Amino acid sequence: MPNDQAADPAITGGAPAGGATARGDARIHNIGYRGYDGPRLGRSHARRALVEQSVRGAFGIGRSAKSKILPLLLLAIMVFPAVIMVAVSLVTNTDELPLEYTRYAVMLQPVLGLYIALAAPQMVSLDLRYRTIPLYFSRPLERTDYVAAKLTALGVAIFLFTALPLLVLYIGALLAELDAGDQTVGFLQGIAGAVVFALLHAAIALLIASLTPRRGFGVAAVIAVLTVPFFAATSLQWILHDLGNEAAVGWVGLLSPGTLMDGIQGAYLGGATDFPPGADPSAGGMGVAYLLVTFGLAALCSFLLLRRYRKEGI
Amino acid sequence: MTAIYHPTVARLTFRALLGRKRALIMGVLPALLLVIAVAVRMLSGADDRAAVSVLGGFALAAVVPLVCVIAGTGSIAPEIDDGSVVYLLSKPVSRQTIITTKFIVAVAVTGMFTVVPVYVAGLILNGNSQYIAFAYTAATAAAVIAYSAIFLLLGVISRNAVVIGLIYALIWEALFGRLMPGVGNLSVQQWSLTLAERIASTGANVSSTVSLPAGVILLVLATVGGVWYAGRRLASFTFAGEH
Repeated sequence: MPNDQAADPAITGGAPAGGATARGDARIHNIGYRGYDGPRLGRSHARRALVEQSVRGAFGIGRSAKSKILPLLLLAIMVFPAVIMVAVSLVTNTDELPLEYTRYAVMLQPVLGLYIALAAPQMVSLDLRYRTIPLYFSRPLERTDYVAAKLTALGVAIFLFTALPLLVLYIGALLAELDAGDQTVGFLQGIAGAVVFALLHAAIALLIASLTPRRGFGVAAVIAVLTVPFFAATSLQWILHDLGNEAAVGWVGLLSPGTLMDGIQGAYLGGATDFPPGADPSAGGMGVAYLLVTFGLAALCSFLLLRRYRKEGI
Repeated sequence: MTAIYHPTVARLTFRALLGRKRALIMGVLPALLLVIAVAVRMLSGADDRAAVSVLGGFALAAVVPLVCVIAGTGSIAPEIDDGSVVYLLSKPVSRQTIITTKFIVAVAVTGMFTVVPVYVAGLILNGNSQYIAFAYTAATAAAVIAYSAIFLLLGVISRNAVVIGLIYALIWEALFGRLMPGVGNLSVQQWSLTLAERIASTGANVSSTVSLPAGVILLVLATVGGVWYAGRRLASFTFAGEH
């Protein structure tokens, strides 16, 4: 947009015509408004800036000291078991880590769930609450850019959160002189699992969080959506296991994000699952079903998120 | 001696709890419990182990704490958040009365959304065989009272009450409770399970990591202490907040 309005020289003196109450000596002072004639960085830069700012916000960087406490505390809780595992394998001279890389995120799901529930509403609810969305859309940024940037940012934040302890484990394993080939394969499998995890959870959590401008309510809703189906699916799996219906145990795993992740790492990333013993998520095409449901769910949530912002900010 | 119950405060709290989307999420959880109970009954018939697994692993571990977090903190935290608590505190009503009233309302609402569904789910699952339905209903009732007091207190003292409550319920009780048995000593879920353990027949395999007297004493302490301290904090509540 050209910026020629404010750049005019000072307009001084003279009351506006028809100003009934204006005194004769009323004037407008030049208080130095300037137009902007620096470089315009455009849409892609705005998108990148939004991603960066959102990722920083998810870790409390650039926010008040109080908002840094919880993300960093959760990150510490997340890394702590990895440090212990490294210490154990250093001391005991074992030839493998106590836990596979891919199972780490599954084991610490409550911590991850809580972090996601904190980060997702923080990214979107303030924009909704203080109605800053129209300001974004008055820039070159498109609606899809906003949604994509927020999705990317939450995905990156979750990925960093999941991958950091894996990195600690990997470095520790190398220092303990465990078999480097095995460890590298396991580490890369863990990273692949973290990518899928971040993708699915970012889409689900952001959709839920974008539905309410109230942050506290968003936190509770995300937690509920992540944990309640998980508890439900897990209890159902054990009941089916007790009844001896092993095939159905695997299919029930499709019903919650947590068991989906567990099934995928069991079927494709060579990990053991927390499913009841005897359940094999890779049997009979079930692995494909896990992949399809995971990516289908992520795509559906992203689509609904786009639709949700269609009317926002007009 | 101040009054325990103030009808107007109670009416306003009921409306705040049941009016918005909050009621929806509180209603979805018990509904899901009933759906699962029906599904399990149809799949497996009346099976005691399945009943214990659903009531203990899903109802008492997930539904009850979540509903209590929402209702317990929801009965006071939003008012403090948006500042409208000023109008309540400026009325000539003892602040201790406000807290006990809100506590009673929170217990009533969570009771409606958890105790009744748990009992119905127990009946659906195995028709109260081995008193499992009774056992978990009693445990839920005890848990609801203690959770409501604790989360009400959190709502008064912290702006992050929901998050802290969830950390307690999900990370402390669910995650650490599973990994470290000692955590059960400080877990409302385990305290209330002692009641279930006592009521259910021994064959039902309901067990808690705490003993019955310890569980009951700790439940009473947490409830009374929570309500009392919440009243204290509200009595010295000032508005020199961030806003």
